[in-house]
Amino acid sequence: MSFGALSVASGLTVLQTCVLSILLFSGGSQFAFIGVIAGGGNPIAAAGAAALLGIRNAVYGMQLNALIQPRGWRRFAAAHVTIDESLATSTGQTEPLEQKRGFWVAGLGIFVLWNIFTLAGALAGNAVGDPKNWGLDGAAVAAFLALLWPRLKSREAGAIAVVCALATVIAIPFVPPGIPILLAAVVAAAIGWFGYRRGPDGEGMEPDIDPYREEAP
Amino acid sequence: MTLWFWIIVAAVVAFFTKLLGYLIPRRLLKNPRVVRIAGTLTIGLLAALTAANTFASGQHLAADSRIGALVAAAIALLFRAPFLVVVVVGALAAAGLRLLGFP
Repeated sequence: MSFGALSVASGLTVLQTCVLSILLFSGGSQFAFIGVIAGGGNPIAAAGAAALLGIRNAVYGMQLNALIQPRGWRRFAAAHVTIDESLATSTGQTEPLEQKRGFWVAGLGIFVLWNIFTLAGALAGNAVGDPKNWGLDGAAVAAFLALLWPRLKSREAGAIAVVCALATVIAIPFVPPGIPILLAAVVAAAIGWFGYRRGPDGEGMEPDIDPYREEAP
Repeated sequence: MTLWFWIIVAAVVAFFTKLLGYLIPRRLLKNPRVVRIAGTLTIGLLAALTAANTFASGQHLAADSRIGALVAAAIALLFRAPFLVVVVVGALAAAGLRLLGFP
């Protein structure tokens, strides 16, 4: 719902919004894409931010491949519905059969609901006129904070968030819109790479967490 | 038109990133350093997107009602409000502050 409305507010058409939900189908990446566009960034930077935010899905895919062991065409279907929620539901079960069932029910169920609500939100967003009067820019800020919040489980995670937010704010006046976000990604990757020796898996870095229960995939 | 192009590129890249996890040998992605970077990237990008959407106005920094939305959302999250509630709280805060005359 909120994705559809915010996407239309950022300047995408209803159709473009729905295509993102059907084909890209990864809440964080979708929000990243429209977040860059909303700030006046160019579509290349938007696609870059979305792609980088999707890297965690490769790690999820590896875990799920071991749990679900899909074969043939199911592999492609499984890949498409590999998101935070289907991973969390699946790894939350102990029985192999329940793990498979949890993955497919969560993955396919959320795919259907997410797309219905995207369309509803986009149509609603289209109808309201100037998004600023409705505080939709504030809604975008809240959405990103809500996506980030559950991951701030440790002091290190919090420090990374603060450093990357600061890097973004410092870069904003000097480079075109959208680029500060990619610069922050470089900073985050550098922290990931060089901070590795302090311990391989800090709190909040592990991919199998349940980041946002309510709505977004 | 270019926007459409990059929407499709983003979707294709996202799908193949997911598929990668199913196709490549486990030990490659099991590398703890790769797992760690995937984690730090996610946190860093979400933090950057939060900051940019709060303070950026084109290529300038701006202090406006969106800061109120950020604070209101943080308070809602402290009270463990669900995702949709947090988003609505953010919208209400920004819209309310504008009604009161803030930029």
